[in-house]
Amino acid sequence: MTSLNSIVCVVLRGQFRIHKKNVLQSASTSFLHRRGIYTVDVENKDPTFDKILIANRGEIACRIISTAKRMGIKTVAVFSEADIHSKHVKMADESIFIGPAPAKDSYLDVAKIIDAVRKSGAQAVHPGYGFLSENSSFVQLLEGENITFVGPSAEAINGMGDKLESKRLAMAAGVNTIPGFDGIIKDAEHCVEISKSIGYPVMIKASAGGGGKGMRLARNDDEAREGFRLSTQEALSSFGDSRMLVEKFIDNPRHIEIQVLGDKYGNAIYLYERECSIQRRNQKVIEEAPSTFLDQETRRLMGEQAVALCKKLGYSSAGTVEFLVDSNRKFYFLEMNTRLQVEHPITESITGVDLVQQMLKVAKGHPLNIKQHDIKINGWALESRVYAEDPYKNFGLPSIGRLYKYIEPAHLPGVRCDSGIEEGSEISLYYDPMICKLITYGKDRDEAIKRNINALDSYVIRGVIHNIPLLRDILTENRFVKGDISTNYLPQVYPEGFKGRTLNERDTEKLVAIASALYITQQLRNRMFLNVPIMKKHDKMFDTCELLVSFLEKNISVVVKRRENKFFVEIGGKELKLEGDLNLAKPILSTIINDEEMLIQLASKDSVGNFEFIYAGTSYKIRVFTKLVGDMLHLMPQKLQLDASKLIKSPMPGLVKTISCKVGDFVTEGQELCVIEAMKMQNSITTTRQGKVKGVFIKEKDTVSDDDVLVELE
Amino acid sequence: MFSKENAGTECYRHSYWNGKLTARERIHVFCDEGSFIETDMFMEHSCTDFGIESMKFPSDSVVTGHGLVNGRLVYIFSQDFTVFGGSLSTTHAKKICKVMDQAMLVGAPVVGLNDSGGARIQEGVDSLAGYADIFQEMFWHLEIQEGVDSLAGYADIFQRNVLASGVIPQISVIMGPCAGGAVYSPAMTDFIFMVEDTSYLFVTGPEVVKSVTNEVVTQEELGGAKTHTTVSGVAHNSYANDVEALLQSRNFMSFLPQSNNESAPIRVCEDSCDNSKVLETIIPSNSNLPYDMLDVVYGIVDERDFFEIMPQYAKNIIIGFGRMNGKTVGIVGNQPKVAAVYCSVTNEVVTQEELGGAKTHTTVSGVAHNSYANDVEALLQSRNFMSFLPQSNNESAPIRVCEDSCDNSKVLETIIPSNSNLPYDMLDVVYGIVDERDFFEIMPQYAKNIIIGFGRMNGKTVGIVGNQPKVAAGCLDINASTKAARFVRFCDAFNIPLITFVDVPGFLPGTNQEYNGIIRHGAKLLYAYAEATVPKLTVITRKGYGGAYDVMASKHLRGDVNYAWPTAEIAVMGAKGAVSILYKGKSNQQKYEEEYIEKFGNPFPAAIRGKESLILKFKKFK
Repeated sequence: MTSLNSIVCVVLRGQFRIHKKNVLQSASTSFLHRRGIYTVDVENKDPTFDKILIANRGEIACRIISTAKRMGIKTVAVFSEADIHSKHVKMADESIFIGPAPAKDSYLDVAKIIDAVRKSGAQAVHPGYGFLSENSSFVQLLEGENITFVGPSAEAINGMGDKLESKRLAMAAGVNTIPGFDGIIKDAEHCVEISKSIGYPVMIKASAGGGGKGMRLARNDDEAREGFRLSTQEALSSFGDSRMLVEKFIDNPRHIEIQVLGDKYGNAIYLYERECSIQRRNQKVIEEAPSTFLDQETRRLMGEQAVALCKKLGYSSAGTVEFLVDSNRKFYFLEMNTRLQVEHPITESITGVDLVQQMLKVAKGHPLNIKQHDIKINGWALESRVYAEDPYKNFGLPSIGRLYKYIEPAHLPGVRCDSGIEEGSEISLYYDPMICKLITYGKDRDEAIKRNINALDSYVIRGVIHNIPLLRDILTENRFVKGDISTNYLPQVYPEGFKGRTLNERDTEKLVAIASALYITQQLRNRMFLNVPIMKKHDKMFDTCELLVSFLEKNISVVVKRRENKFFVEIGGKELKLEGDLNLAKPILSTIINDEEMLIQLASKDSVGNFEFIYAGTSYKIRVFTKLVGDMLHLMPQKLQLDASKLIKSPMPGLVKTISCKVGDFVTEGQELCVIEAMKMQNSITTTRQGKVKGVFIKEKDTVSDDDVLVELE
Repeated sequence: MFSKENAGTECYRHSYWNGKLTARERIHVFCDEGSFIETDMFMEHSCTDFGIESMKFPSDSVVTGHGLVNGRLVYIFSQDFTVFGGSLSTTHAKKICKVMDQAMLVGAPVVGLNDSGGARIQEGVDSLAGYADIFQEMFWHLEIQEGVDSLAGYADIFQRNVLASGVIPQISVIMGPCAGGAVYSPAMTDFIFMVEDTSYLFVTGPEVVKSVTNEVVTQEELGGAKTHTTVSGVAHNSYANDVEALLQSRNFMSFLPQSNNESAPIRVCEDSCDNSKVLETIIPSNSNLPYDMLDVVYGIVDERDFFEIMPQYAKNIIIGFGRMNGKTVGIVGNQPKVAAVYCSVTNEVVTQEELGGAKTHTTVSGVAHNSYANDVEALLQSRNFMSFLPQSNNESAPIRVCEDSCDNSKVLETIIPSNSNLPYDMLDVVYGIVDERDFFEIMPQYAKNIIIGFGRMNGKTVGIVGNQPKVAAGCLDINASTKAARFVRFCDAFNIPLITFVDVPGFLPGTNQEYNGIIRHGAKLLYAYAEATVPKLTVITRKGYGGAYDVMASKHLRGDVNYAWPTAEIAVMGAKGAVSILYKGKSNQQKYEEEYIEKFGNPFPAAIRGKESLILKFKKFK
């Protein structure tokens, strides 16, 4: 590795996508030309493994396989029953079946994985993230079999796996930790004393606590006294244990993490930070690198502390040290993840280092050939996590389905799509509902955001509900654009939950115009049969016509004139000129309205005037009628809606874990009725009204779909 | 023009109030704008009884004509509820028959927009009414007065439905009530679409159901869109309102050819997607796991545009239309997601005999036609059976020498009891007329309310069908209809003349019958009779009421000779029922009943109108 700087220059000059053909030529061509957002600095001279097994699935398995292939390593995939058609199985050189769909019977089954390793003759196992990636006994078992684990040692995993132990180790390595008193507080005055020494605000919490019970925030002595008293009582009644802890409270923190890389020879470097503050329920939504918030000095300090921790641990792989950073740029150690992170590609994008390759190299026993001074931040990278989730429900509840149409926007400049699925894949309820990590790279933050927006607009996903509406909205939201974010960003910006984008008048008119023009196009096509002579009369029929467009609960009268392939749509006295590609079979329509380009997706349509558009990430239903039909439709009665509040429905597909009510029970508002487990998440289903249970329509272990009635109240 | 306005202005609002469009509005929504041309818009009803001769409306209660749907010709009739509740008069029936005849001649589809209170009772046999009360109270006094003439109207339409079947596409959109015999016209068309909440189809209405079976059931439950699309399988799909139903039917037309002489329309195909990747991944690796066959279907049709038919009924199979490269294809697919065998293994304990023994199949399932005590018996009976049959459809049945010269007229005279509510055994009649009392009854243990079998008359094989008043008053129900229908078709296929003995008080009312699709199954018998071209001789021994009368080889279904015995009563319904409708709320029901019997309780009204060829003295019968 001579000069990483020159590599970085190439990244700045432009993005190169690596095509398979190029990969095959990789040995002979200069690696510089291969460098793009999909960064790989492969030099095949170093001896490496012959064959590795990837003990994972989905996008991360694909990600690892692609680097391994470039390095000339044969790959073995493992797969469960649900994954037989999966992309990672197709990509790998070999694949081994490891059992039924539930993860505990397949991907988490250590015995089966070890068995697969033996069968395949792989020399090493890359665990990816999740599943067995931080399972130290798995690492030890592999050692016993003389198989290399691509990751840190079992000791390092153990050391960082335990909260208290990791904090102790971090303090010993000189890392800033959240100040606090981990002894037992005697009384209220003792509490005040300690709080003062830590510095307000502080959090007083029960040592046995959880779920927010027995927790009080205190900003001064009085609050500390009062908080101690109340929390002690609460803890005693809730847990029968009144022991209290006091910890520094970090207000509106940011979640910023440092990527580190170590080898087996005591070398360690840091690859700068990732800003992961935009989270919901502790799951990251959008990440970026670098952070807008850190100055050079803080960045260096955080990096050096992270490296110090690595060295203390003898950490010999890629890892991530997570920090909370308060508004004064004071940072505190949170935890260390001893694995490859989901969001690693943004670090790869700005540093030019292929982390998977580095992991494989150090696992093989090579020393790190990159020095700290080789690593520079170049440009800006942004990752949007595209999930099969309904963003309108609690910022994202899982949805399932088959992707009957799926086109990644990877053809756009500066876009990298890391996904483990392809057209036809099914998002099942057994695993994480991630569809893709959409990474964009730009010379600066603005460009990275803009490219991400464009990529989201061109991303065709059909068959599952996904969170692009939310992602797309955040990317243009004021606070985000300014970089003013924290871990409380989502609840602060969307206090009522995400309600979708509000269209301005101009965009509304444009969508109405497109719908009208599409309707006419469709009507003309409906009259064009290849084996029936076209009536002259009909050719002229739609040259000028009055339509009624029903959109956002409003009825809008429009007059459409057609001149060859141009449409002139008159809406409320304004005329919009529309031209461009109005093919009803295409998923993306690029149109020109009043000489301005507009990209929308045609998500669905039927033959009676219903269209569903996706514009700026959000989908809109719109209906077009002739004036006559529109007038008639007014006369149609409104259908009575059933009183749905009596029916408690499943908000998502999943498995019934437990049922906590039975017929005849009297339940009160907010009471739990049952627990639905979906994609590793347990969701307590509660009632929004009180009443007597009339019927329970589920049994434990039942599989329910979205909107299935679970319980009916009287 | 006068008739472009809707008649019956009073009722106009009423129609809206129900969330319904008027007959002409419906046509305008359905057809390409400005393409509809109305025909027979000045025809009026011809009834002179009951004081309705002064209440005439141009075009009567149905709007007929032709128009274009996406530039292609269709013939349309749209029943007008604002005129006598859309009830079917002779004129109404004539107009419908006329568009159907034209459609067949030209080779274009017929679309019926049904919204009718039933037959116009006032015209009796000529239309077929009696259910008006169920629907709109305001129409009773209008509808009741025509009379015997109206039964004929339906039968004429039925006959055309049968003749047009397989020749031109026939589509029915049910947009209001459609009850009694009227249901059999849509039932014999190719596709039925319904409107939710405002349309109903049933053979007998809730009131009759209540009086007969004591079941309390609403119109919606008994024959609403949900019932017929999910439970009975009578309708092919339903839509939220009139406009939706009309637009979807318009869309549906684009899949169909104009007639059996033309190919289906080919649309320009703009869909160039290769879905092979999607198709590859659908079938799960474990053959016990379900998957959605609709994923496969959507994967292969153009633009994922699949018009699913009966999506709510028998969901274990998928049917519908789609396009491939612009050409219409019919698609049928099993649906492994629903009721797959591996998950439906029940826990029932049952013996072989119970499950599929002779008794089961001759009495319960109707699979077997008869059973015998042992091998020898069965073989000898089968030998005997062969003697009735022709060798093939090219030959006539064997003619045996007839040695039976008995005159059974005395016996026949005494069979029918004087009280029309008393049962008798129709087999007595059958034995009385066949040679040597030799009647080979088929399926004697199954659906005993109808009798079928072979006999000989003057040595010639005849197929005999007869209602059995001894069992369930001889009502037609699902089992009886399918039993007789199959027999009629067999006789028609092998040139065996049909003799039908009619004593039918109607269709068996009740939710059980409706939910199991009496409309669908009843139509089979009607279709079989209407289609049959062998000599058909019909004898009305006693009751010939309502739609069931039409079904039983009536004169209008190309019956060759239709006799009525002097005991025959041909009417829309029995005196008691009719009077309770006609003179609802009035005292002196007894008097009106007598009047009614005077009018319809004998074969003369029908005979006067030429519906019955002869009123027969028993003596001459054989």
